[in-house]
Amino acid sequence: METGFLPNAGLQTLLDALHQAGYRCVGPRVRDGAIVYDTLRDISELPQGIVDVQAPGEYRLEKSANPRHFSWANGPQALKPFLFAAREPLWRSGRDARGELRFVELAPPGESLAFVGARACDLAALRLQDRHFLEGAFPDSGYAARRKSIFLVAVHCTHPADTCFCASTGDGPRATQEFDIALSELDDGYLVQHGSDKGRALAAKLPLVPATDKQRMSADGDIQDAARRQTRRLPSRNLRAALFANLGHPRWDNIAERCLSCGNCTSVCPTCYCHSVADETALDGRESLHLRLWDSCFTQKHSYIHGMTLRPDTRTRYRQWLTHKLGSWHDQFGRSGCVGCGRCIAWCPVGIDITQEAGEICGGAAHD
Amino acid sequence: MTSPSLPYETEVVERIQESPTIFTLRLRFTDPAYRAAFRFEPGQFNMLYLYGVGEVAISIVSDPDDEHLFSHTIRVVGRVTRGMAQLKSGDRLGVRGPYGRGWPLPLAEGRDVMVLTGGLGCAPVVSVINYVTRRRDRFRRLVIMQGVKHSDDLIWRKQYAAWGKLRDTQVLVAANVGATLWPWHVGNVTELFDQVKFDAPRAVVMMCGPEGMMEVAMQQLLDRGVSPDNVYLSMERNMNCAIGLCGHCQFGGKYVCRDGPVFRYSDVKPLFGIRGF
Repeated sequence: METGFLPNAGLQTLLDALHQAGYRCVGPRVRDGAIVYDTLRDISELPQGIVDVQAPGEYRLEKSANPRHFSWANGPQALKPFLFAAREPLWRSGRDARGELRFVELAPPGESLAFVGARACDLAALRLQDRHFLEGAFPDSGYAARRKSIFLVAVHCTHPADTCFCASTGDGPRATQEFDIALSELDDGYLVQHGSDKGRALAAKLPLVPATDKQRMSADGDIQDAARRQTRRLPSRNLRAALFANLGHPRWDNIAERCLSCGNCTSVCPTCYCHSVADETALDGRESLHLRLWDSCFTQKHSYIHGMTLRPDTRTRYRQWLTHKLGSWHDQFGRSGCVGCGRCIAWCPVGIDITQEAGEICGGAAHD
Repeated sequence: MTSPSLPYETEVVERIQESPTIFTLRLRFTDPAYRAAFRFEPGQFNMLYLYGVGEVAISIVSDPDDEHLFSHTIRVVGRVTRGMAQLKSGDRLGVRGPYGRGWPLPLAEGRDVMVLTGGLGCAPVVSVINYVTRRRDRFRRLVIMQGVKHSDDLIWRKQYAAWGKLRDTQVLVAANVGATLWPWHVGNVTELFDQVKFDAPRAVVMMCGPEGMMEVAMQQLLDRGVSPDNVYLSMERNMNCAIGLCGHCQFGGKYVCRDGPVFRYSDVKPLFGIRGF
């Protein structure tokens, strides 16, 4: 629900109010030549006057005369690393002198994070990660602990990259779910909506003024423009059926000749959830830490089973990834696993484009 | 909330060497309350944790009504199982479970039961054979088919001979490579279907082993009038979490750890036997 208009000068008040409410703010900042989510104390740290240029296998930042703070498309990170940690200690075991074992569960983290600048695609991905980690028979305690204490400030996207296609997956550019507060950025400030009780409570602390129809039209126009400017799209047909009818398509071999099986796509994907476990044993042998680490279906070990690897080549690994992401994801979650963020296209070192490959494989006659 | 990934301590009560590379561990939870509450179904598996080394998914081979101990028969294939092979009575092991869906034993009651295994993966179905032979009146004919590469690979050989002497029970064993005094068939176990005597349309078949063998067997069964809805098979995939989160055991839209490891054939048919899934 719309609450009002926040002039530019009031943006710092939003950060301050979140700090006062006990949150560490995490927002977009320029680091190592990319826009990443990092601790945000002051609005001067936001990437104002910065624009991204993205293409298959390409990402760079340039200066722009645009005075806005959020006039860029997502960088490599999503919200994922903050909730589904890349490295998470699960439990510790110890062995005493008699050889007896004890297992100690490690306390989940207690920090409260406020995300500022979350995009619609990443909120859609968050919803999918919630379903995976929280809504099954065995909810994940670490994810649950972090998830329940976050605050989400979304900013509707007005600057899609060349690689974006959220309009075709139905996940953007307008944020419609999960947020506590959503902002529409205009040149002189922000239209503020709240999406939850805690969002409303926080909005009440902001120096809001009534919004005008002109501001609303301008904000809506920017979001509609952002959808129109997207040139990539996934084929609009039943991709689950089309992919599984084409497991023998020659395009899989063609992709395998280009794909490095590096796993970049799965690391930047905001919905990929594969992980493995490992043990780190103390040198004196008295303690061992059991850890969870991000994993990728592009690794050899991912499909290893007693002496053999079920997916020994890049062809079967890429096929596993794509048929899961766009196909069998429907069986598990009732929707596709792709939210159209385009990260896997930009961050693929050889520029493999999921929209193009899905189109090639699903577009013609079946090759089963 | 206790993490579902937390193991509990067990003690090795007995270790049995079944073959040069296969051993059985008889285990007991050290916490009496946890031991009393532990229940499983044949076909389910546990995650076994060797201290400081790691976890492996192993099916439970013992009888579900044994209130004191449970057993795992393990083949040495990798880092963790090689370490586990060194365990002795009194040593400790972490265990969490049981996980997954087991064999459809209630469905099989009052019907002919066929248990079909290839290779060394007989442990998951041996639990079924033992279950049926101990509750013999509840089931009709029992057909046991077991194929191995080399006759030396057949563990529990005396038991197979003993099962063959039970009433209404047929044991058909094959080895690709036989040896002196090998009393059974030399060749593939799937060559023995003509000898099987069972009520095919109503029989319940439970299989485990290499997927190539199961594919061949499936065709033979369908040719003889067995319904694909009455064939169940146990699948193996890489498992890290066993609780449907880590993504390793995905088989199309299913997780082998959660939706399996025992599947009805008709539920996995679309992708079954396709390399890479």
